[in-house]
Amino acid sequence: MDVLYFAWVRERIGLPKETVETNAATVMDLVEELRAREERYEAAFADLSALRVAVDQDLTEFDAPLEGAREVAFFPPMTGG
Amino acid sequence: MIVRVQDAAFDLGAEANAFAAGHSDMGALVTFTGIVRDLARGDLDRMVIEHYPGMTERALEKIAREAQERWSLGDVLVIHRYGDMAPGEQIMMVATLAPHRKDAFEAAEFLMDYLKSRAPFWKKEFTADGADWVESKAEDEDALTRW
Repeated sequence: MDVLYFAWVRERIGLPKETVETNAATVMDLVEELRAREERYEAAFADLSALRVAVDQDLTEFDAPLEGAREVAFFPPMTGG
Repeated sequence: MIVRVQDAAFDLGAEANAFAAGHSDMGALVTFTGIVRDLARGDLDRMVIEHYPGMTERALEKIAREAQERWSLGDVLVIHRYGDMAPGEQIMMVATLAPHRKDAFEAAEFLMDYLKSRAPFWKKEFTADGADWVESKAEDEDALTRW
């Protein structure tokens, strides 16, 4: 599945997008897998209350299931307008 | 409904006139325009807006659709820019057409409240001292509860 990062999450992890092989059942499971990889992921995901997540371009929660998902994106709270 | 996400600047007057043209049954046109505001210190060099192509358009269309369901509107226009902008430049605009002004005003406020915290844009401010991501405000989230 494609995993996308935006704003300071992108900067902390150091890339905008990557393809991840995963059997994670939920967003939280995917976060745990990424966190275990390297320090930069741990740094990006240290405070989940400061993060938002979208699955297939719809905002959702961290307990959302990932079955059938093609794209998951992590980013800080939005500041449009 | 017209939703545009673009790098280029837009002409507020031309957009508003083109949007309202041909709607002689609509008595009210409300527009709101967001502008790059300089910092209190007056040292903002530029602002860069990042967005999530694909999701941005989806989110804006969803918000515009909801406005059309809630209020009696002729049409809704949303233009939002991304990329590099200088202080004073126009970032985005919404416009609402309605038979009466109350619907046009309320729908425009609703669009702005939702667009601020539900459309995937992120602002970064650059000064001589460095760059900072603009943080979302608790009151932006609170603003949604009134709808």
